Amino acid sequence: MADPPHRRRAHARSSDLERYAGLFAERTRVMRSSAMRDLMAVTAQPGVISLAGGLPDTSTFPPQAFAAQMTRIAQESAAEALQYGPTEGFRETVDCIVEVMGAEGMLPDPEDVIVTTGGQQAIDLICKALVDPGDVVICEAPTYPGAIPVFCSYQAETIQIECDEEGMRIDELEQTLERLDSEGRRPKFVYSVPTFQNPAGVTMSMERRRRLVELARSRELLVVEDNPYGLLRFGGEALPPLYQLDGGDFVIYIGTFSKILSPGIRLGWAVTPPPVMEKVVLGKQAADLCTSTLTQYFVREYFGDGRWREYIESLIDIYRDRRDAMVEALRRYFPPQATWTEPDGGLFIWATLPSYIDTSDLLAKALREDVAFVPGQAAYVDGRGRNSMRLNFSAGDEDEIREGIRRIGKVVAEQVELYGALTGGHPAPAVSQPEKEPENVVPFRKTGEGSA
Amino acid sequence: MKVAVLKGGRSLERAVSLRSAARVEDALGRLGHEVLPLEADVELVKRLVDEEPDLAFVAMHGPGGEDGTAQELLEILGIPFTGPGVAACGRCIDKVLAKHEMRSGGVPTPDWLAFNETAFRELGAADALGSLEERLGFPLVVKPSRGGSSLGVKFAESRGDVPGALVSAFSYDDRVLLERFVDGRELAVSVLGGEPLPIVEATPHSDDGYDFEARYEIGRTSFVCPAQLAEADAVAVTGAALAAYESLGCSGFSRVDLILGADGPQVLEVNAIPGLTDTSLLPQAAEAAGMSFERLVEKILDLALTPAAA
Repeated sequence: MADPPHRRRAHARSSDLERYAGLFAERTRVMRSSAMRDLMAVTAQPGVISLAGGLPDTSTFPPQAFAAQMTRIAQESAAEALQYGPTEGFRETVDCIVEVMGAEGMLPDPEDVIVTTGGQQAIDLICKALVDPGDVVICEAPTYPGAIPVFCSYQAETIQIECDEEGMRIDELEQTLERLDSEGRRPKFVYSVPTFQNPAGVTMSMERRRRLVELARSRELLVVEDNPYGLLRFGGEALPPLYQLDGGDFVIYIGTFSKILSPGIRLGWAVTPPPVMEKVVLGKQAADLCTSTLTQYFVREYFGDGRWREYIESLIDIYRDRRDAMVEALRRYFPPQATWTEPDGGLFIWATLPSYIDTSDLLAKALREDVAFVPGQAAYVDGRGRNSMRLNFSAGDEDEIREGIRRIGKVVAEQVELYGALTGGHPAPAVSQPEKEPENVVPFRKTGEGSA
Repeated sequence: MKVAVLKGGRSLERAVSLRSAARVEDALGRLGHEVLPLEADVELVKRLVDEEPDLAFVAMHGPGGEDGTAQELLEILGIPFTGPGVAACGRCIDKVLAKHEMRSGGVPTPDWLAFNETAFRELGAADALGSLEERLGFPLVVKPSRGGSSLGVKFAESRGDVPGALVSAFSYDDRVLLERFVDGRELAVSVLGGEPLPIVEATPHSDDGYDFEARYEIGRTSFVCPAQLAEADAVAVTGAALAAYESLGCSGFSRVDLILGADGPQVLEVNAIPGLTDTSLLPQAAEAAGMSFERLVEKILDLALTPAAA
């Protein structure tokens, strides 16, 4: 057998650690590795039904089409596809992006678009361009768990605005903005996932969309709209993106091919006003010069045959059935004290348990039943969300979803029963953490039945 | 020598185990041994039988690897292994059992009450919770009896915090303990073959409050080794640590965690197989004693092959 590949020798000593400790940038102090991350390492074990990921189902993408596209690229454009590309991305990729945004009613100026390495890089580049240490960034509570490390690494002070079934509470946002005004502070931007939010699954109502856009105009406040899931709608009426309502003056838009084509190609984009774009482009040059040329060629080929909408339709059919299976299982297996969202699209359901259940600890119990979810705490910067969980319904099939929810329901029921026994048979709202405000404990109402 | 490194498993400390093992494998390679990395899964016994290693280095933490399970298997297969034996592992992993052993052995450990889940579910033990305040006083710490690191450990300021904390702790084990909180300096004494290594002091950064997760995280906790202690304190701490190590029947190596409070040292727990990662306390203590990681690994191997010396 060949020698194993060389890898870094694990020769660090504690004196090395001390030496490195003196070198670490201040921003690394807020990049936390936690016991929860170690917990999540166990979720990837074989045999575990994971409702924890955020993975779209890529198994239905036709391999023949994939092969044909890559072959065409190799035969017709090998040298170009293997070369660097422009920092802003190829014009042909931008044309595809304009087509995708057009499907949701948006008409961006191609000059305002930059192709990024996934939507995640767009969040990073926007922060890089706008956020100094100590600056205020506002987002939803709960917010996309992957945005939190970005805000932290730019040392932003992150303020989270409560969400309910109509999305971000704009009244609370206004109060927060007024309070910040009185302190002489101005947030750099408001980050929102208004449609089929990750993690909560809720969609911002039309009225709140209008109010947010008006607020942005009147206060000259930037809103960053992250919209990975807008085209994955299974029911209900489509609402216009904030970008469309605003016209792109105060709304920065982030999109991605991850959920409508593939996350593996790492292709996303941002649409920003020109002055912001200039800084974002400089930031991207520093980060990675350009987004993968090869995968941009892949997208160009893929859009060339005009069947991208059909593929999304097929995904919608799959995800709708899976959502239905999860909702049905929640009704059947979760105790009456639990609430959850029933999204019209996207990939996630957010379930909230009685306040005495800490879902990080519950995860340990759930892992013994070979099932995993994301503890709600991951979607907050301030330790809230401890009694909520994010459940993904796009990655597994219906049988897995039902079985996964059954297992989680079992451990939740055990906790509820135990708490009842501990408090004299009264599984009433907990008194254990009085610092929590009631509206944080159960931010969403359950729609439909199951509350009897 | 052909050394099998047992790692991973299904314990919640899997990630730490993999980091410990990677470092041990490197050191073994540099010491000129033949390294056989073995993931603790259903193939484990078969691989051990087929490969016939001379020795097993157990780099597993938490239930499965640190509780005597792996050690029992190795005894049956007749393969010598590093660290404490089956009985000592079984005592250390169970904090309640360990505290009983320590107390009867005269080792100072904070007062505690232990409960099984059945006691609450079926025997109405909740009625006894009311007398907690008199017995232990608040604040107190609620812990799962078995389980490593800080998982499920909660701080209860008042009676109202206790039920929620118990529900959390019972997520990890069907037995939990309520322990009197001792305010003081957090110390760790690693013991190698019955000899104490320099004392490590962990100082969590104050802004985290009682965040147990922060306790052993670089950047959120500062570590000093050797700890700056008065001579008498250092003697008392080392004495308590050795007494704990012996009362639990440890051999090879282990780490004793203590609090130095107003009434002297109090032993919280003994980790039968402490972490060996680059941020772990045992390697730090060894280095403070002038012992490189390779030397430490070599010494651990020697102790495993000549148990009498432990």
